[in-house]
Amino acid sequence: MSVTTGNDTEIAATTERGPSVKGMEIATAVLLMAMGGIAIMDSLRVGAGWSSDGPQSGYFPFWLGVILVGASVVNLAMALRHQGKSQGALFATWPQLRMVASVFIPTAVYVAVIPFAGIYVSSAALIAFFMIRFGEFRPVVSVPSGALAAGIAFVVFELWFLVALPKGPFEAYLGY
Amino acid sequence: MEEIDLLMRGFSVALQPENIVLMVAGIVLGVLIGVLPGLGGANGIAILLPLTFALPPVSAIILLSCIYWGALFGGAITSILFNIPGEPWSVATTFDGYPMAQQGRAGEALVAAFTSSFVGALIAVVMITFLAPTVAQFALQFGPPEFFAVMFLSFACFIGLSKGSPFKALAAMMFGFLLAGVGLDGVTGQLRMTFGSMELMRGIDFLVVVIGLFGLSEIFQSIEEGLRFKGQSAKITMRTMLKTWSELPRHWWLFIRSSVIGCWMGVTPAGATPASFMSYGMARRMAGDTESFGKGRVEGVIAPDTAAHAAGTAALLPMLSLGVPGSPTAAVLLGGLIMWGLQPGPMLFVEQKDFVWGLIASMYIGNIVGLIIVLAAVPWFAMILRVPFSIIAAIILMVCAIGAYTVNSAEFDVVLMLIFGVIGYVMKKLDYPLAPLVLALVLGDRTEESFRQALLISEGSMAVFFSNWLVGGIMVAGLTLMFYPALARLMGGFRAKPA
Repeated sequence: MSVTTGNDTEIAATTERGPSVKGMEIATAVLLMAMGGIAIMDSLRVGAGWSSDGPQSGYFPFWLGVILVGASVVNLAMALRHQGKSQGALFATWPQLRMVASVFIPTAVYVAVIPFAGIYVSSAALIAFFMIRFGEFRPVVSVPSGALAAGIAFVVFELWFLVALPKGPFEAYLGY
Repeated sequence: MEEIDLLMRGFSVALQPENIVLMVAGIVLGVLIGVLPGLGGANGIAILLPLTFALPPVSAIILLSCIYWGALFGGAITSILFNIPGEPWSVATTFDGYPMAQQGRAGEALVAAFTSSFVGALIAVVMITFLAPTVAQFALQFGPPEFFAVMFLSFACFIGLSKGSPFKALAAMMFGFLLAGVGLDGVTGQLRMTFGSMELMRGIDFLVVVIGLFGLSEIFQSIEEGLRFKGQSAKITMRTMLKTWSELPRHWWLFIRSSVIGCWMGVTPAGATPASFMSYGMARRMAGDTESFGKGRVEGVIAPDTAAHAAGTAALLPMLSLGVPGSPTAAVLLGGLIMWGLQPGPMLFVEQKDFVWGLIASMYIGNIVGLIIVLAAVPWFAMILRVPFSIIAAIILMVCAIGAYTVNSAEFDVVLMLIFGVIGYVMKKLDYPLAPLVLALVLGDRTEESFRQALLISEGSMAVFFSNWLVGGIMVAGLTLMFYPALARLMGGFRAKPA
């Protein structure tokens, strides 16, 4: 009995771990600050001053960059200062992030594959994968479902709206 | 009344058979988009926008604006039946709508919500009909400094009225402006912030960003929350409808108050979401009996829905008359105007009478059509959520990818969409508002253009923004709105201290 309770608390402790809000706030503020810095540098490159024909290309973005850096400094300071208040607040727990990753990674693969396999075959595969992985459907159901959805998309976009979407070897084989 | 004549002319445009068909299609699609997680007004329209090139502009805007109305209606369905807000502005509807459904009063809640949406929208459209031409007329005398001042005012609103940290709103806004600046500088022809990348030379398209920020990020968030659809079922019978309708006139004051809040929040770019919360909060405070709120009071459905729909509709007023959208969805519609070759701003009312008045007339008809469709078809729309999330999520991802690709026929845009999906997810979780980012991205080029033109006139002196009462007045209003909350807090602090 006591073993179980120990186990439970241990599980509870691990499920409630994850990146803190504070850490993410700091990271975001720093990233935005860097973004502002890049804008400032690039603006100075193209010229952020005044020329004979008016404000130079970098004039407007330069000040945007300055404001972005300024706002991010304040956000950073706030994140660092709110130590007591948001102490321990989690951005998300690790299991939650694992769930997000389990969607993000297949989506990233999907996006990476589109230029090679075309959007229809990739989409059919993505839908079938999601159904098997998250919906616990059998492949016998999932694969035809994915193909059907991609087929409908093909009819709607390629034939109906005449929008050319990326196509791969499979469509070429079919003569499109 | 010149407006009435023009409106009648608009009706003759909107009532053409093909436009009616587009209207119905738009509403149905919109409700669908509103019901599905991961698709909403802004990104739903962003995805469909490239497909509307073949249509005449007025038909295209009727289709897309009807998707918007449909999405506004649709949000209420999931909130009440499933306790899942399909749209951010329907969060407040869940507070009392879902408890009502649990008590078996789903039909009543839905009828109240739809009717409220309709009333809110109608009041906002009437306001647009009579106010927009006047505002546009007034804006005809605007030069570049005034236009910059108006943009400044609307962006200042975001900072002053933001619920969270004003500095986060500011950072999000600047990020949006910088994204808008990527690519070719239209004035000097110089490349900015492209870092030698061919893909970035084209610039960053706001449609792609919207699809990522609002679409993908929501899928990620839904997955994180372990989305399960467990809903109440509902059917709207004629009896519930008539019974609910007979009780609604009692709340006439609530309708008016909520509409006013909605119209105000919609015109200033605060948007439908804060309007719905504000209206709900006010209804609760003014009811006297705050205890029963959140347990299924019909007022708790009427207030947020009226305000959200009024705000969503009113957001088109500044978009049409000034070229400054009041909400992210209106911003996407504005982007559509530019893509169809129309110049947004007060000249629209002069040069594109059929377009403007056709759109305004379609708002009247569209909302009536919408009300009928949602009342009749609730069970079917609710059925969509019984489709497993694994299928819905994958299909939405596919639709988003196709939508992002069709904007410029660029595979790089699909990658950008994915990146903005992650950015949107992180920003939402950290309470960085997305609306200022989107508006800045859409308006960035035009804001910069008027800024530079204004400075050209004045030969570089910032005094041009205070050179006459008009531009100075708008700038002062903007500055006041921006700093008011800070000042109010300061004053409040001083007053609180002695006590």
